[in-house]
Amino acid sequence: MAEVKEIRQHKSAVTYLLRFFVIGYLFVLVVWPLSEVVQRTFAPVEPDAAGGFGAFLERLQDPSVTYAFGLTITCAFWAVLINTVFGLGISLLLVRYDFPGRRILSVLIDLPMSVSPVVVGLALVLAYSSGSGWFGEGLESVGIFIIGSTPGMVMATAFVSLPLVIREIIPVLEEIGTDSELAASSLGANAWQTFRRITLPSIKWALAYGVVLSLARSLGEFGAVKIVSPGAEFRGETATLLIQNRYTNYDESSAYAAAFVLVLAAVLALVVVTFIRRPEDRT
Amino acid sequence: MSIEISGINKSYGDFVALQDINVSLPTGQLTALLGPSGGGKSTLLRIIAGLDTADSGTITIEGSDATALPPQKRNVGFVFQHYAVFKHMTVAKNVAFGLEIRKRPKAEVTRRVQELLELVHLAQFSHRLPSQLSGGQRQRLALARALAVEPTVLLLDEPFGALDAQVRKELRDWLRRLHDEVNVTTVFVTHDQEEALEVADEIVVINQGRVEQIGTPDQLYDEPANDFVMGFLGEVTTLGGKLIRPHDVEITVMPQHDDAIQGVVSRSLRVGFEARVHVLTDDGEEVSVVLTRSHARHLGLEAGQAVWVRPEPGALAVPSLRAVTA
Repeated sequence: MAEVKEIRQHKSAVTYLLRFFVIGYLFVLVVWPLSEVVQRTFAPVEPDAAGGFGAFLERLQDPSVTYAFGLTITCAFWAVLINTVFGLGISLLLVRYDFPGRRILSVLIDLPMSVSPVVVGLALVLAYSSGSGWFGEGLESVGIFIIGSTPGMVMATAFVSLPLVIREIIPVLEEIGTDSELAASSLGANAWQTFRRITLPSIKWALAYGVVLSLARSLGEFGAVKIVSPGAEFRGETATLLIQNRYTNYDESSAYAAAFVLVLAAVLALVVVTFIRRPEDRT
Repeated sequence: MSIEISGINKSYGDFVALQDINVSLPTGQLTALLGPSGGGKSTLLRIIAGLDTADSGTITIEGSDATALPPQKRNVGFVFQHYAVFKHMTVAKNVAFGLEIRKRPKAEVTRRVQELLELVHLAQFSHRLPSQLSGGQRQRLALARALAVEPTVLLLDEPFGALDAQVRKELRDWLRRLHDEVNVTTVFVTHDQEEALEVADEIVVINQGRVEQIGTPDQLYDEPANDFVMGFLGEVTTLGGKLIRPHDVEITVMPQHDDAIQGVVSRSLRVGFEARVHVLTDDGEEVSVVLTRSHARHLGLEAGQAVWVRPEPGALAVPSLRAVTA
């Protein structure tokens, strides 16, 4: 903290110029466009109707909008749950065990971050669609449909947000090392007790951070879900798909309202993340 | 015999960490595994604890075969070089960990934790977090935690290695006293020969995966089995092709004995209470001699001075098998 203060004491022309540039850049790129969304959100539905918070709520209460948000939350919930459990497992595997192909697995885990979500969607369709997919027919014969239904959308969302949890946990696991875990086991703790009482408390903030990031990412997922979802009203239309559909169908006001809710969720996530970061910095 | 180690082999790929190790550690003793870094002593300790597995061989702890037992079933206490305290738990919780895992009654846990914290002089810190303790205090905490479960054997891996010299000295005196008080069979790994000589009842010298010698500190110092043990337990220099301790070299400014070798002082320096003199003999050997400052002053040893050196009568000398730079 002391260093920061010291830097702040020397304000030169360059400092002001840089500050102006950064603020200007952020304003043009982020603040101004988002403020437009907020403004439209609270604009009256009809030119002569009342605007404000009432109008906003009214748009959100539309059954198709509640359905879309419900579906988004369902998808995000399952995707985050899967990523948390799976992410913990993979992180432990990558950090604590050495096996052939470990490096390749580590690289593969980053793939969902670098590949376009649309490609993810297409890949899932190729693998799981009932017509041409590798697994699709088999699953269809036992009555499970992946593509065009919620499981497919959960999979797409989970795929895209997979690395977020893992990339948060791995550095912390590496940093804490194995000594405390070994100490716990020499004190009589079995594998589960060691994980519950030693490993998990040490990585809990990283895990929480990863979960929040993953949740934020899942709520906003569009491309991959767009491909695997039927995308019709009351049939696989998530919040982001709803925004796209409404916007292209000249129902912009509800698109803005839904968009505003997503912005709120993102801001909330950022606030939570800021609070999570703090205890981590303290240690 | 408390710990019976027989025929232990361990390799990491091509690297042989331990080769046919056979050691018996008697109950109630404080044993040091002494050797240079990378010699395999820590690996042996981890194999005893079950934190590592041997490729072949058996470990018997108090008469029962522990070779295949996981660490949590061996009832050993392990103390790590970097403490490995549980950072998110208070001092008291750290000590209570093993007892809570064993589901001991709450009152017993509280009583035992209090006892142990008093033993390691941390009673007033019981509600602190480990991050609020100094290195020495953390290591004492780790020791209390390991002792809490009443282990059959206490294993310490370079326990004082991460501490500064002053604290290290204090803690090793303290460890010796603690051991006399608690009397649990203790094995500790160290690369510091002074630490081993000062604290241990018995020393096992391990080098390049083999046991070089086992014996009491006096045995090792007075009757080293080979030039490695001699060289590792203290300073050595070569005189007349033999290894000898620098303080066992007699130095005179006159040729008083027939067996003395003539040479010239090449360098003379004073370190604290002692003086170190380097003598270049006429045979081309560089002999280092340690003597008291007053003795050196009395002889007036300066660079260029002609001197005669010989092993003191009764001094230990071991044939040198390799070049030693002292």
